[in-house]
Amino acid sequence: MKQMMLLGDDAVAQGAIDAGISGGYAYPGTPSTEILEYIQRYDAKSQQLHTAWSANEKVAYEEALGMSFAGKRALVCMKHVGLNVAADPFMNSAITGVKGGLLLAVADDPGMHSSQNEQDSRYYSDMSGIPCLEPANQQEAYDWTRRAFDLSEELELPLMMRLVTRLSHSRTNITPDAAREQNPLNPSSDHCQWVLMPNNARVQYDKLLRKSDALQRISEEGGFNCVTHNPGARIGIITNGVAYNYLMEYLGDRAGDYAIFKIGFYPLPLKSLNDFISRYSEIYVVEEGNPVIERKLGEFSGLSKPIRGKLTGDLPLSGEMNQDHVRRLFEPDFQLNSAVPELMANRPPQLCKGCPHRYSYDALNRVMADHPQGRVFADIGCYTLGALPPYEAIDTCVDMGASVSMANGAYHAGVSPAFAVIGDSTFAHSGITPLLDAVKGDFNIKLIVLDNESVAMTGAQESLITQDDLVQLLKGIGVPEEHIVILEALPKNEEENTAALRREVEYEGVSVIIFRRPCLYA
Amino acid sequence: MKCDIILAGVGGQGILTIAFLLDNAALASGMNVKQSEVHGMSQRGGAVYTHIRFSPDPINSDLIGHGQADFIVGVEPLEALRYVDYLNGNGRIISSTIPEVNIPNYPDLDAILQEFGKYPHSLFDAKELAKQAGSTRSQNIVLAGALSYFLPLEEQHYRFYIEELFSRKGEKVVETNYRAFELGRQAVAAE
Repeated sequence: MKQMMLLGDDAVAQGAIDAGISGGYAYPGTPSTEILEYIQRYDAKSQQLHTAWSANEKVAYEEALGMSFAGKRALVCMKHVGLNVAADPFMNSAITGVKGGLLLAVADDPGMHSSQNEQDSRYYSDMSGIPCLEPANQQEAYDWTRRAFDLSEELELPLMMRLVTRLSHSRTNITPDAAREQNPLNPSSDHCQWVLMPNNARVQYDKLLRKSDALQRISEEGGFNCVTHNPGARIGIITNGVAYNYLMEYLGDRAGDYAIFKIGFYPLPLKSLNDFISRYSEIYVVEEGNPVIERKLGEFSGLSKPIRGKLTGDLPLSGEMNQDHVRRLFEPDFQLNSAVPELMANRPPQLCKGCPHRYSYDALNRVMADHPQGRVFADIGCYTLGALPPYEAIDTCVDMGASVSMANGAYHAGVSPAFAVIGDSTFAHSGITPLLDAVKGDFNIKLIVLDNESVAMTGAQESLITQDDLVQLLKGIGVPEEHIVILEALPKNEEENTAALRREVEYEGVSVIIFRRPCLYA
Repeated sequence: MKCDIILAGVGGQGILTIAFLLDNAALASGMNVKQSEVHGMSQRGGAVYTHIRFSPDPINSDLIGHGQADFIVGVEPLEALRYVDYLNGNGRIISSTIPEVNIPNYPDLDAILQEFGKYPHSLFDAKELAKQAGSTRSQNIVLAGALSYFLPLEEQHYRFYIEELFSRKGEKVVETNYRAFELGRQAVAAE
C-alpha cells in the first residue's frame, strides 16, 4: 500500500473509512475537527456516507448510536469538553451496548491550546465501563481505529479512542490497509437491550459487568499494551500514548537500560502491571494528561515501593508532557537554558481585521459605558477574543450556551442589564434551550446573536441556524417580534446600532438583537 | 542526517504551506517525517509555529526539545526570536527582517535583529524578494527557499510540490513561487 502523509486526526478518519463506517458524526471542536473534515473530503464525490455536522456532541453521539442500532458502523468525534455535552448518551450506551461497531474519537487538549480545561477523557472510560484505546502515533491511530470497529462488534460495546492535540495535529507518513465493505442494514429488534427501563437496564448492566474478563483479556493479550522487560533494570517506567514518544526521545540509546510498559488500552492490564511493579525496585510513571494510571497504581494492594510521577511532583501536574519534563524526572538538577531575551512580547490571537464582531462590540461597549452595573455573558467562539484589549467587552466565557443561561441566572440575582453574546452556531448547539426558559419566564435579558453564518473559530464549517431560519425559530419559540432586532455589523452603522441596543435595554423583557454579516473567511 | 526545524510566524503568514513543502520534499527523499502544527484559536492573528523533524531513522517525539533545533525559520522576526531557546549549539536562525506589527507593544526591530547576532543567522527582506518574484504573498516560499539551501534534500522535490501547491491557481502563480523559492535560496548562497 502507498504511504500517506496524515495528521493523527486524518489517520483516525482513514482508519474508520477503511473499517467500513456508514457515517461520521461530529460537532467541530479543536483538536478533533479535522477527523470529520477528512471524511467529508473523502466522500465528496461518491456520497456513500453520512458526513454532515451535527447540532452538538450529544446529538452526534445519539445519531451514531442510532446507526449502530441499525447494524451499521459509525464514528463519532468530539473534543474533550464535547464529551461532557455527550456524557448522557455516552454513559447509557455502555448499558445498551451496540449492534454495528461504534467508536468515539475524543481529542483531549493538554496544555489548553484551544480549550477551557485539560480534563482527561480516560476518566470517562473508567466511569462508563467503555474501553479506551490510546495510540501513541498516527500509524497506531489508523490501525487501532480499524480494529476498534471489529472489537466493538465482538464485545457488543462502544469503544473510545483518546487522542491528544500533539497526535491529532501532528503529521507523519503511515501505511494504510485494505478497505472493508460497509455493513448491511440490519436493525435490532432486541427490546431488552435498547429499552432502558429499570428492569431491562439492570439486566444490561449485569451484562456490562460480565464483560470485564473479556476486557482484561484484550488488555493483556490484544497487543495494545506493550511491555519490554529487562532483568537487569532497577527502574521500571509506565507510560501512555504520546508520552511514550517523549520518553523514548529522551532515553534514545539508553532505552535498553530500563524496563518500559507502554499503555494503549484501558481498563489497565492488572495482572501484567502487578507483575511489572513487583519486578523493579523503582517505578516511574510518565503520563500525558491527568495522573490516571498513577492513581490506579495506588489502588494496587501491598504496593510499598516508591512511584515517581505527577503526584509526587517529579513531573508537572498541568500542561503538556514533553521530553524536557521527562529529562527533569531523570535528572532533577537539570535546568532549561531559557535564553529568550527580555524584549520578547506576547502576540495573543485577535479578531481579524474587518471582522464583523469588532463592530458589534464597538456598539455594545458604548451602551455598557452608561451601565456600569450591567454585565456581558459571552460564549465559545471567535467572539471570546472580545475579552482582550482593545475591546474588553465581555465578563464570562464558560461553556457552550452558558452565555444565555448565566444571563438568566444573573438577571434573577438582580443584574441589569444582563447581556448574553453568542454566535449563531453556538446558539444552535446549546443556546436555544436557555432562551426557552427566558421566554417562558419573561426574564429581562438582552441576547445578542452574532450571526456570521458559520462556525468560524474551527475553520468556517456550516452553521445549522442562521439568517431567516434563525428569525423564524426565535418567533416560533415566542420571542416578541418587535424585540427581534436585526442589525448589520458595519462600522458605518455604529450610531444606528448603538441606538437600537439602547432601545432594547429600556425594554423590560426578552430581546434578541441579531448582528448580521458573514465571516470574512467563510 | 536528522534535521529539526521550527517554523514561526503569525496566523495567516503561510507557515503550514512551508511545512507541506518540506514534509513532502523530505518524504520524497526517503526520510521519516514528523510535523506538529497549531490549529484553532491561535490562528487568528496570533503567534503560530510548527515543528518539523526529518531523519533517515525513525522519529519518536512530535515535538523538538529545548536546545535541540537545527533551524528556526521566521516569516517574521519577532516570531523567530520567540523560540531561540530551542536552538542547539550550532543552530541557525533564518528570518525575514520585515516585522508584522499587529500588537501595540511590538519591540524595537533593531534590538531584535541585534539579538539574532548572537547566533548563526541568515537575514533578508523576504517581502522585497517576494515582490521581485511577482507577489508579496510568496514571502513564505522565499523563506522555504532560503532554508532549502541548508537541507540535504534534492531541489527537484521542492519544485514538484510547489507545482502541486499552486497549480490550481494557474501557471503564473506557480512561476512566481518558483522564482520566490530561487530568490530565497540565492539570498543565503550569496552570504
